[in-house]
Amino acid sequence: MIAPLDFLAKSLAIAQVELRKLLRDPTELVSRAVQPVLWLAVFGQVFSKVRGIPTGNIGYLAFLTPGILAQSVLFAAIFYGIAVIWERDLGVIHKLLVSPSPRGALVFGKAIAAGFRGLLQAVIIYVIAFAMHIPLRTEPAAVFGVLAAVVLGAAVFSTFSLIIACIVKTRERFMGVGQLLTMPLFFASNAIYPLSLMPEWLRAVARANPLTYLVDALRMLMIEGGQGAHGLVMNFTVLGAVFVVFVVVAARLYPTLIE
Amino acid sequence: MIHAESAEQHAAGGLAIETFHLTRRFGAFTAVDRVNLVVPYGGIFGLLGPNGAGKSTLIKMLTTLMKPSDGTARVAGFDIVQAPAEIRKRIGYVPQLLSADGALTGIENLTLSARLYSIPRAELKPRVAEALRYMGLTDSARLLVKKYSGGMIRRLELAQAMLHRPAILFLDEPTIGLDPVACMSVWDRLRALNQEHGMTILMTTHVMDEVDELCDTVAILHEGRLAACASPAQLKHAVGDDATMTDVFAYFSGGSIEDGGGYREVRQTRMTAKRLG
Repeated sequence: MIAPLDFLAKSLAIAQVELRKLLRDPTELVSRAVQPVLWLAVFGQVFSKVRGIPTGNIGYLAFLTPGILAQSVLFAAIFYGIAVIWERDLGVIHKLLVSPSPRGALVFGKAIAAGFRGLLQAVIIYVIAFAMHIPLRTEPAAVFGVLAAVVLGAAVFSTFSLIIACIVKTRERFMGVGQLLTMPLFFASNAIYPLSLMPEWLRAVARANPLTYLVDALRMLMIEGGQGAHGLVMNFTVLGAVFVVFVVVAARLYPTLIE
Repeated sequence: MIHAESAEQHAAGGLAIETFHLTRRFGAFTAVDRVNLVVPYGGIFGLLGPNGAGKSTLIKMLTTLMKPSDGTARVAGFDIVQAPAEIRKRIGYVPQLLSADGALTGIENLTLSARLYSIPRAELKPRVAEALRYMGLTDSARLLVKKYSGGMIRRLELAQAMLHRPAILFLDEPTIGLDPVACMSVWDRLRALNQEHGMTILMTTHVMDEVDELCDTVAILHEGRLAACASPAQLKHAVGDDATMTDVFAYFSGGSIEDGGGYREVRQTRMTAKRLG
């Protein structure tokens, strides 16, 4: 078989079993729906009374919604690597690595599955936002753009999580590192306040944070009148480039899991 | 393509595995030390040694999971350093740990393996069905693997490993944690794979009954070095008139089975035993 087709076929084989497992036990999806409700209905409601946050021509809740979607994608994806540590302790990874599958396909397949999980989260946020009368864009092209950004964002952060798993190798250390990373990634981004409010050093960090580009794209595509700081082309290019780099790094580190 | 040519010559010469001063170091510790081993096609080859003797490291190098620090080996006619991808197409592997996914059904596990080994779509279903039947799992094919017994899981793993019809099958302690009846069913299937499918089998084991039952050649590793390599009968004869495999093992590994093995190894073994039991 031609190499790219072979790569894709094997990625899809991996993605399909991941999704089957997820749909067989969707408890996690349901429990992940709780946090965004709190952020939007509690935090968002209160902070929308604060007039000091410059959100352009949209209200604070509308400003916040794409940020919370990006956050729920990040929080779900960043712990994705724990599954690989589990598979390592079992011996599943050993068997996958002895098969003639490209290592990149093993990683890419997991990223596709994580992207699909992201889609389900997008659906949940849309439902909440719709119920709260947040002005959403409903043109098919815009909705499609949101879904594409969510899939790409979930792929980026889940692959990042795989890289961490390959480095730390145990569940305990992984949970520690995961907890350590989520909040800084979230706060050092434009998810709940604009870049313009940040001190210079924090803005520099936020500019290096892929989450910022995901939020920026979502803000433009999801919200009626939403404005971004970078433009869609740049946002998608940054996310795409980071994803490719992460897949290459993760594919190289994958075999070290069994040592 | 000098490598490919010489590879075919080796295959024609009938050697499944040939190692050349194969060595693996972890820092200052040498896990596998200049091992020269020859395994012809067609037999069941047992790899013995106390915990920590280097069996698992040796198997990881032969299955391309780990690179040697020094020396090399040919497996199925290809060099483990130069052509690991070619080797992967030609071998099957059942790790000591549990490698079947409990959250999937038997048939889903097999289908995943078939796709990762590029078995054509038209052939996929018949081959999966055949492997299930061969391992006596047809009736439980649609059951989640976490509901399987230890023996069934091992047989499912054998089914996964035979799907792509490998020339050489590697097994790391295939009957660890299984009850005697399940052991016998696994032995029976291994013998069938060897005789009916002509698969060369290389397995590590701690169970001396298993050696007597299955292996026609045995290698004993001790502190990373090859201490002995011959048929069980020859080894017994060399040790004493009514020597058992246990005597042979003790003689060549310079002590008891309890020697060596780190905390991690013991923990992994117990975990595997617990899950299968």
